Amino acid sequence: MKLFDVQKILEAEVLCGDDLLHKDVHNWFACDLINEMLLYVTPDTLLLTSLTNIHIVHTAQVMDAIGVVFVGGKRPAESVITNSKLYNIPLLTTKHLTFECCGRLFLNNLHDPTVVKDATNAYR
Amino acid sequence: MPTDNLQFTPHIKLEFKINEKDFFVAGESASRVKKTLQQLGLHQDIIKKVAIIIYEAAMNVAIHGNHGMLRIYIDPESILVETDDEGDGIPDIELAMQEGYSTATHEIREMGFGAGMGLFNIDQCSDELHIDSKVGTGTKLQAKVYLRKKDSISDP
Repeated sequence: MKLFDVQKILEAEVLCGDDLLHKDVHNWFACDLINEMLLYVTPDTLLLTSLTNIHIVHTAQVMDAIGVVFVGGKRPAESVITNSKLYNIPLLTTKHLTFECCGRLFLNNLHDPTVVKDATNAYR
Repeated sequence: MPTDNLQFTPHIKLEFKINEKDFFVAGESASRVKKTLQQLGLHQDIIKKVAIIIYEAAMNVAIHGNHGMLRIYIDPESILVETDDEGDGIPDIELAMQEGYSTATHEIREMGFGAGMGLFNIDQCSDELHIDSKVGTGTKLQAKVYLRKKDSISDP
């Protein structure tokens, strides 16, 4: 799954990193706790969070995250976006809340067809 | 192989001053040290461990330590992360090490920290951890990650 796929699925607005949306997303991690992100996030993971402070950018940079999606329509300060540009970390924002975002990504999981099939059938 | 470079790695010392509630320096120092370790060609899992230790330890100083220093010593065998602060100290280190125990304020929790995982995370990422604290005087933390130990290149 590419970042632009995620953008469509989550109906997200790109705040920065338009030129990086071709990157592959291998996993996603939804969390509002930096401590947990530091411990569990693996490289090329997409972060979903309602935290908008500078730590989310630092954490994404330190953990080699592929990008950050702010849920619930949240938007970071301009200084956070500026820092994110320096690190080449795409930032997106979506009106959808965490649970909805996770559900949409799960149903559209392109990595494991069985998950898509099963989840889609179960949902319908 | 990345680890082949280690025998040529010079002894390096990096130092950061942490002022009270200077939360920015925690992430900034972790990012800068990460770049340095990448330039040295170290394995990404070791870099990840050290970056997590730095982030958590520096946040602890900014939150609890009034002010202090963060030092990183890099030698061919290991990386030592050291914080030295002049905070209130830790009355019960064993209790503070427990996952979930926290004395952080609401302000800290709003930033996404303060869940009582800082020392726990540091411990998870360290091969050696020493904490020396005196109530009313301050705390010194030393966390070491070995570069050649096979265990140290697995995920924390």
